[in-house]
Amino acid sequence: MQASDRFNINSQLEHLQAKYVGTGHADVNRFEWAVNIQRDSYASYIGHAPLLAFFAVAENESIGRVRYNFMQRMLLPCGKPPDRDQED
Amino acid sequence: MYLYSLTLQSATGIVCATYGNFTGGKTQEIVVARGKVLDLLRPDDNGKLQTMLSVEIFGAIRSLTQFRLTGSQKDYIVVGSDSGRIVILEYNKEKNLFEKVHQETFGKSGCRRIVPGQYLAVDPKGRAVMISACEKQKLVYVLNRDNAARLTISSPLEAHKSHTIVYSITGVDCGFDNPIFAAIELDYSEADQDPTGQAANEAQKHLTFYELDLGLNHVVRKWTEPIDNGANMLVTVPGGGDGPSGVLVCAENFVIYKNQNHPDIRAVIPRRQDLPPNRGVLIVSAATHKQKALFFFLLQTEYGDIFKVTLDYDKDDQVTELKVKYFDTIPVTSAMCVLKSGFLFAASEFGNHSLYQFQSIGDDPEVESSSSTLVETEEGYQPVFFQPRKLKNLVQIDDIESLMPIMDMKVANIFEEETPQIFSLCGRGPRSSLRILRPGLAVTEMAVSPLPGVPSAVWTVKKHANDEFDAYIVVSFVNATLVLSIGETVEEVSDSGFLDTTPSLAISLLGDDSLMQVHPSGIRHIRSDGRINEWKTPGKKTIVKVGYNRMQVVIALSGGELIYFEMDMSGQLMEIEKRDMTGDVACLDIAPVPEGRQRSRFLAVGSYDSTIRILSLDPDDCMQILSVQAVSSPPESLLLLEVQASTGGEDGADHPASVFLNAGLQNGVLLRTEVDMVTGQLSDTRTRFLGLRAPKLFSALVRGRRAMLCLSSRPWLGYIHQGHFLLTPLSYETLEYAASFSSDQCAEGVVAVAGDALRVFTIERLGETFNQTVVPLRYTPRKFILHPKQKTLIILESDEGAFSTEEREANKKEAVEATGGHENGKADGEDEEMADEESEDPLPDEQYGYPKAEANKWVSCIRVLDPKTSTTTCLLELQENEAAFSICTVNFHDNKELGTLIAVGTAKDLQFMPRKEASGGFIHIYRFAEEGRVLELVHKTPVDGVPTALCQFQGRLLVGVGQVLRIYDLGKRKLLRKCENKNFPNTIIAIHTYGDRIYVGDIQESFHYVKYRRDENQLYTFADDSCPRWLTASLHIDFDTMAGADKFGNVYVMRLPQDVSEEIEDDPTGGKIKWEQGRLNGAPNKVDEIIQFHVGEVVTSLQKASLIPGGGESMLYGTVMGSMGALLPFSSREDVDFFSHLEMHLRQENPPLCGRDHMAFRSAYFPVKDVIDGDLCEQYSMLTSELQKKIADDLDRTPGEIVKKLEDIRNRII
Repeated sequence: MQASDRFNINSQLEHLQAKYVGTGHADVNRFEWAVNIQRDSYASYIGHAPLLAFFAVAENESIGRVRYNFMQRMLLPCGKPPDRDQED
Repeated sequence: MYLYSLTLQSATGIVCATYGNFTGGKTQEIVVARGKVLDLLRPDDNGKLQTMLSVEIFGAIRSLTQFRLTGSQKDYIVVGSDSGRIVILEYNKEKNLFEKVHQETFGKSGCRRIVPGQYLAVDPKGRAVMISACEKQKLVYVLNRDNAARLTISSPLEAHKSHTIVYSITGVDCGFDNPIFAAIELDYSEADQDPTGQAANEAQKHLTFYELDLGLNHVVRKWTEPIDNGANMLVTVPGGGDGPSGVLVCAENFVIYKNQNHPDIRAVIPRRQDLPPNRGVLIVSAATHKQKALFFFLLQTEYGDIFKVTLDYDKDDQVTELKVKYFDTIPVTSAMCVLKSGFLFAASEFGNHSLYQFQSIGDDPEVESSSSTLVETEEGYQPVFFQPRKLKNLVQIDDIESLMPIMDMKVANIFEEETPQIFSLCGRGPRSSLRILRPGLAVTEMAVSPLPGVPSAVWTVKKHANDEFDAYIVVSFVNATLVLSIGETVEEVSDSGFLDTTPSLAISLLGDDSLMQVHPSGIRHIRSDGRINEWKTPGKKTIVKVGYNRMQVVIALSGGELIYFEMDMSGQLMEIEKRDMTGDVACLDIAPVPEGRQRSRFLAVGSYDSTIRILSLDPDDCMQILSVQAVSSPPESLLLLEVQASTGGEDGADHPASVFLNAGLQNGVLLRTEVDMVTGQLSDTRTRFLGLRAPKLFSALVRGRRAMLCLSSRPWLGYIHQGHFLLTPLSYETLEYAASFSSDQCAEGVVAVAGDALRVFTIERLGETFNQTVVPLRYTPRKFILHPKQKTLIILESDEGAFSTEEREANKKEAVEATGGHENGKADGEDEEMADEESEDPLPDEQYGYPKAEANKWVSCIRVLDPKTSTTTCLLELQENEAAFSICTVNFHDNKELGTLIAVGTAKDLQFMPRKEASGGFIHIYRFAEEGRVLELVHKTPVDGVPTALCQFQGRLLVGVGQVLRIYDLGKRKLLRKCENKNFPNTIIAIHTYGDRIYVGDIQESFHYVKYRRDENQLYTFADDSCPRWLTASLHIDFDTMAGADKFGNVYVMRLPQDVSEEIEDDPTGGKIKWEQGRLNGAPNKVDEIIQFHVGEVVTSLQKASLIPGGGESMLYGTVMGSMGALLPFSSREDVDFFSHLEMHLRQENPPLCGRDHMAFRSAYFPVKDVIDGDLCEQYSMLTSELQKKIADDLDRTPGEIVKKLEDIRNRII
């Protein structure tokens, strides 16, 4: 990387994208966006104990189980990713 | 409108807990996080858990852990919260507060995916701490101490790995080698890219060891290995000489021992026999017990069963066997702590917490699975089954009440008491209950004994000043005095020296060891050697009132003459001074002799001319009037009480104490006035109405300090709790006279007379706002209504994934027979078995939980409950997989003869996963029979969705079914559809009506204001909210105003602008034309948000009520964490200015303990609007006196005035 590149907008964006998970870019597709939102939501549910308790009451499961289920769902929150070849 | 927010009952649920020696020394304490409150608990000598300290931190605590530097005697607390900061706290015993030792910022605030705070792990030797997020980021801080032995913290070392989800972290015990942290990680980067889904299926969880190299000061990924894909939790195994080191990986159905260069040792977790085969068994909480030569783990499953896990290992620290043995079953916990003193603290995830004592450590043979007997078949590992049984190793010794979760709440005065009661539905599943809360402290009655007449007064007296316990209880009647001696039993004695043929006015200890009896015709002084000195009143005068302490006695004679006596060196009572007051004296009091002094300086005299005077007792100006206070009504009783105006510490040594003159007036008002210690001037009067009778004041002991008992139409206790002076009613009957009482059996009790009985009671759980009456329920309560006329409660209960009662009974019988049959040899007759079952349930559901059924199987019931007798008069179990969700009372205008009916909305075959759907719903109509004790089904109407909201509207029934709002009328066989509007965004969950306006609450989209036009039979929305709000609770405030609460913990109030409201009302078409045009898919008008506040917990119910007689109404809320709060509208602009300035100063001078910015917390989702946080303001009295002074100066007031203001506003709420 040249010295002048360090300050151009693209490299700054790249830096942000590397540092903060979920920072968008011009070509972000619907799926990626949704996956990010979902993961953020699950992380927020896990972090807020009252919300987790609220879900646990609704599902009639223990809080520990609900937390584990949410963690598991962070892997593939929106199902399989779309086929890139078909999209093009 | 401006509101003052005050938490009345702080959260009772527990999120996480840790334990250690935070004060230093031997006592073990538990620190628990209740969401936004940090508490320090300590088991006392009787095995009761006492809350030592409770601090609101204005943030969300997500993780807690404790560590100790090597060689130190004291533990520190590390808090992971949503502040984007790591905070290390130390408990200061002297000042009784948490001190922030370190606070290091590492990221943005809020519960974010990649900002650490979710998990915490410490090195077992206290050399480093790791703080981690759900994803990617992990930071390691090195802990050390400097030359002055102060704790130091390094700058953070990164151990990040992107695209990785973290399930759990822990510190590995590796002695004094480099600290190692273990983490369960899952890499998702490939799964995100692979459209075939194969990568996602193959995604593998790994156990990774991170080593902190103390020499190089950096963190490396040392070792990583695939583990079972069900892994969810890590538990440290002791190492470094105490054990084999490594970790236990708790996974679904398995416990696996893992370490570097060590083969996996795996054992299955035994399953309950009745568990459906498709359900796993997950460990949700763990506790480790470590002694010198022994350690074991207690792991609790999501069903409540605790297993004891032990490891066998050889000399080379090679683990040979891992055993998982059934231990006991207790309600599911969010955290467990094994205390060194042999207690198990179980913080329940819902419902009451418990303290258990170990009877044994599970050495008896029991169902056990072991790594050596693990059998692998083609279908996987062979499961091991067990049957839960009664507690064998644990015995419950304390129960700590928890309201979590409050599902619904209503305030009403059903019992026609002085103050209304709060009815709240709490708990979940078999541990659900209706709790009737009354403001006040609970008392425990120790004894009630009838007396031979109606007593007028009672005293207790010690024989010697140094005695620990009282020697006599003396009861005075109209014409006699009865002396009871306290020993093993309480019995009447006649050798006490007291005169028993006359009524008494006062009984007390004088000097070190002599007794005094004041009776109308004189003072009897009984010396310890039996000599009796009698002082007789001059002439025909009688003594009417008396004030005394151990050295001084003042008597008031009829006619208004005061005579002052003092004990001299030889123990004689000497007359010192006289003074004639004009008119009779109503009451007298002298404060106790201060430590290290000869006498108390002030005498308070109340007269019938409605004045209170302070007289000096100093030899220089003896009996001179120092100050006079005119009061609204003649005083009945006086008490000088020393109060720490503000304290940081338990003894408040660094603050000067101030003396308060308390006066109970004949109009039922209690006055509390500060007395200047030097001049005797009176200032800062606080008034409080206590009841219909003139309060009589008595001193009592509370936690070793003087407190005040006020007996009005109900008893009150004034005492100091964590730096605040609290005046709280006691939930007990009206009392006549009281005295403090101390004996072998009860250290701090009260003896009182009422009617013709003598009562002894103690006051427990100080500091609580409410006391509870609990009525158990069957399933998770959802909603309830109060029947205003019959004063009954109709409660809806429903549970998902549970078996109906009949099925459960059958299964249980089978199970009991299967296990019990072997032991008893099946010799018992059937009748006896039945009797046995009735007498004691072998497996109470409260403890074991309901057996799990498939997720879409529902059980539900409708209950009519009479709260006065706590009896259920009618219980209807719904059949065919129906579950009740909504209820209302309705009077149909065409069918008046039916009277009040009950409408219940039910769902059939409801399921949430994979998406919420139901095969339909019903609206049941019930009528009351047998004077409202029983419900009778009139008919049931099928509808095309789940009727989630019901409301009466102009003699018809409004129903919200999914997106549809509908009006029904009553038909002969079913309800008849009259009118509908299908245009609501998601699901209608609340309907309120007022006049012809309808307020509809949507589950995601806040409120919609709807109008019904009768002539056109049309429902249309004329206004809605501009914010999407995930509504959880709603409350109608006035014609234009609604209050609501959302899922993320916000409370808000919205109001239709005045001009729009008028326009709608004036418009003959009612704004219909505008509505028909529509605006961007919404309503033509928008409501304004006028109040906005982040509570920080999901609010599940809102109510408008006044908790004190004659007080203004405030908005009460109950939350899922079991807390209750109030929002009180300010009545003057002046108060708003004062409190907003105070709040501003406190934000500046007293930032929250765990590093979250107060303003940012209260504005977490929406900027806070027009609400002043009373919880923050009340922290004022916890500040140091310099800081208090500084803030007070800035506000142009004195600290006393500010404390008074805070007390006043609290007294307007409760």
